[in-house]
This record gives sequence, structure tokens and C-alpha cells, in this order.
Amino acid sequence: MELISPTDFAKEKVQSVQDYALLAAQSIANLFRTPHYLADTMQQADLIGFGSLPIVLAACFFTGAALALNSATTLSRFGALSVVGQLVSIGIVRELGPVLSGLVVAGRNASGMASELGSMIVTEQIDAMRALGTDPVKKLVTPRVVSTVVMLFFLTILGDFLGLIGGNFVASVVLGLNAHEYWSNAWQTLVYSDVFIGLAKPLVFGFIVATVGCYYGLSTKGGTQGVGRSTTEAVVAAMILIIAVDVFVTRLLMVILGS
Amino acid sequence: MSTPILPIEMQKDATHEGRGEALRFEDVQLAFEDKPVLDGISFRLERGETKAIFGVAGSGKSTILKLSLGLLKPDSGRIYTLGMDVTDMREEELFELRRHIGIVFQESALFDSLTVRENVAYRLLEEGLVSESEIERRVREALRFVELEHTLDMFPAELSGGMRRRVAIARAIITQPELLLYDSPTGGLDPVTSTTIIELIVKQRDVYRTSSLLVTHRLQDAFVMATNVFDPQSNRMKQLPRGQRGEVGMSFLVLRDGKVIFDGDAQQLAASKDEYIREYIS
Repeated sequence: MELISPTDFAKEKVQSVQDYALLAAQSIANLFRTPHYLADTMQQADLIGFGSLPIVLAACFFTGAALALNSATTLSRFGALSVVGQLVSIGIVRELGPVLSGLVVAGRNASGMASELGSMIVTEQIDAMRALGTDPVKKLVTPRVVSTVVMLFFLTILGDFLGLIGGNFVASVVLGLNAHEYWSNAWQTLVYSDVFIGLAKPLVFGFIVATVGCYYGLSTKGGTQGVGRSTTEAVVAAMILIIAVDVFVTRLLMVILGS
Repeated sequence: MSTPILPIEMQKDATHEGRGEALRFEDVQLAFEDKPVLDGISFRLERGETKAIFGVAGSGKSTILKLSLGLLKPDSGRIYTLGMDVTDMREEELFELRRHIGIVFQESALFDSLTVRENVAYRLLEEGLVSESEIERRVREALRFVELEHTLDMFPAELSGGMRRRVAIARAIITQPELLLYDSPTGGLDPVTSTTIIELIVKQRDVYRTSSLLVTHRLQDAFVMATNVFDPQSNRMKQLPRGQRGEVGMSFLVLRDGKVIFDGDAQQLAASKDEYIREYIS
């Protein structure tokens, strides 16, 4: 492997951040410019939203169940097993629902976007698109960003619900708790700020997944091997970013909402 | 081969000849990651002329086509395409200029997810300026030109390499561009299919008089183009008698190490004393 000087390495990384920021800004700015590719947006929404639905629901259901099991061990020591619904509810709605949905969608769709756009780069389809008078960012990136943001929002709502059902399943079947008590606890413990924080996050995560996937796809170099590299890097970067940004978004929203 | 139907409105505006230059490179330099690709390239392509660019792999032939379209920017020098300085043009401004230019990419670059019909109609659909029935008529016409009308509803993956190249030609010519850029249109094809593609390029050149820049590493293709004309009666190209071969508006450009080492017609190329050129054409 060719050695690269620290200065060149730093320059390369700064350039990448700059290019990513530019692409992300363009993808938003294109919302206010014609033409709008509504059909492409709908098609992507179907692929991203409906396509990710089963895995998001499964991931959230089992995480809700595991959360109930784990918290029951601790709660039973204090004789507070009945509040397992509260713990699952807060954990899923505020944190695990959005983050898990984001990670699942990143794993499935950031890779898909990077490989699709990367293949278009190496087969000169992106150049052909530009030569035929189409802005690839408008045609390919903005529809993916819009559909991922919107669909991840709804996927998270459904994921949260399935997470609570998973918790209820464990509470009823394993812990022998009353379902009404579980749902009553889960419902009553949630306040406005919990729901707001839980539903604001997927908007940010959706934006990260789509822009990172598209960025790595459009910066593909080096043929099919490059497509593979972009795909892997896109998934890793999107997942790390989701986990890291989650901390800052949570803190920011807590400060804003005073919770 | 069936005789192509040339639409009247296409025919009356088809001749772009005699209106000055189509393309001009002035001392263009370009390097990729500090490796020089083009080193002071200068040449002119006149309206109605076809110029074939030769050079070994990696000599910057395809780069010249991308620079002509503004898909790449030079490090220095100026590029004038259809009379406009594209060197510093913004992407949005270039979109308008590109409406007058057609390009056939090396590997066709057809959109996988679209049918042949949608690929060929792509530019018209994006512009949204003509009715659906007019788009359908022009798509069929362009596909008839390349004799692939029966592939309308097929996907690129269902076509052979030669058919994909012909669909790419149909996509490039559907708006009857003033300048056509061909990037190794016969690369990787068998001799029979290569001849079919060359015949289509000759047909486009002689019927519509479109200015063309052709990148190739197959010398025989360019010599066939320089010694043949399209005969509308037989719908075939035919070889010109030896005395008339200079009448074809065809020139050659040879690149070596990022520089132009030859720019002239077929006879000058054949008479060249340059050792590298002699070796190249032998």
C-alpha cells in the first residue's frame, strides 16, 4: 500500500468533509429548485420504507422483549417488577426505537445507495446523465434524502409500537404481568418531550443515512472493487455517525425542551 | 438493411456544415493526481468535419471528449465548444449547451433501470418540451436509424454489446445534435458488429453532416470512414474511388504522452515520416 504524508492525509479528509457538506447542502437546496422528481421520490420511498419494514419491526420487537427481560431482573430486586412497562416505554421511544431503526435502515439502504450510485459512476451512467442535461444530485440524491427522512420517521413510529409489543409479550408470558397494567404504565410514563425527542431523531438519522450513502456512491473510484469499498465505507460511516450524532441530538433536545 | 426515413424537419436543419468551428482546444493541460494526462493540446474541429483521435490506452483520448462537454475542467488552456467557452462555465449553463451535443460512451452507459424506449427518449422526457406522441415518433425514428426498432421495450441487460452501442447512438442522435462525440464506439466488438457501427457513424456524418469527434484505437475503422461514403440508394456505405478519397471531411489526430504529434488528413497520415506514427499505422 502506498504511504501518504500526514499533510496529504489531512487535506484529503478535509476535502471529503467539504464535499460531503456541499452534497448535503445541495440535496436540501434542490427542494426549492425545479424540476422535482416526484416519481423517483415515491419509488425510493417504497424501496426504503416498505422494503425495510419487516426488519425494522423484527429488530424493535425483539429489542423491546430483551429490554423487558433485562430490566425485570433488576426491578424484581427492588420489588418494582410492575413498572417494567415504564422502563421499556422510555427506553424504546426515546432511544432504542429511533437508533435501531436508523441502524437497520443504514445497514440496508446506505449500502444499497452507495452500491447503486457507485455502479452508475463506474459504468459512466452519471456522466451520461450530466451529458443528457440532468443534474445527478437533483435526480438521484434529493429523492433519496426526502424519502429516507420521511420513511424513517414512520418506520420509527411503527418500530416503537412493535418494541412495546415485544416488551408486553415478555411481561405477560414470561413475567406473568397483567397486560393492562403494562400498557397503562407504558402510556402514562411518556411525556411530550419523550415523544418529541424520539420522533425528532429519525429525521436527523434519515438525512445521515441518505447523504452518507449517496456521498460514498458518488465518490466511488476504481471499478467494481471501488464499488465494494464504497458500500462498506458507507455503512460503517452511516452507523458510526448515527450513534455519535445521537448523543449530541439527545443533549441538544434536552436543553431545548428543558427535560 | 431497410432504408431509413429521414424526417423533413430533421433534414432541413440537419446540415451544420459551413458555420465555422465546432470545437477548439487551445493549449489545454490536465493532470490527474499530479500525473499529466494532457500537455498543451491544441486542435480545431470544423463544422461538418469528422476527426478521429488515436493514441495508446491512457493517452487522454476519452478525457478530450469529457473536456469538450464540460464534464471535466482543464487545469489550464481554453476549450470552445460550438462557439462557447466552456472552460469556466457553470454546470447549469453547460446543461443548455449539452442539448446540442450527443455523446456515445465507451461502454454505452445506458441506464440499466430504463427500457430502450426510455433510454433513447431520456433527453426529451427530461426537457418536457414535446408531446408524448412526438417523443414516441422520434424514438422510433432514432431506433429505425440504428435498425433496432424492435427493441423498444427491452432492457439494456437483454441486448448484446453491439446492440447497446447502437441504442447509445440512437440516444445521442435523437435531438439531432450539432456535435457528436464517440468514445471507442467499436471497442470490444466483433469485426462484423464494428462495421455496422462504423456504417452508422458514416451514415450520420454523410446524411446529417454532423461534426464528430471519434476516439478510437482501431486505425482500420478510421480508414474505412475516410475512404467510404454513405449511399442512400443502397442504404450501405460504399468505397470511394482512389482519386476521390480526399473529398471526405475526415481528419486524424494522434496523441502521444499527452501531446498532439499529428493533426491532418488520411493522405498526410499515410505519408508521415514520424517513426512512432509509422509504427502505429503499420
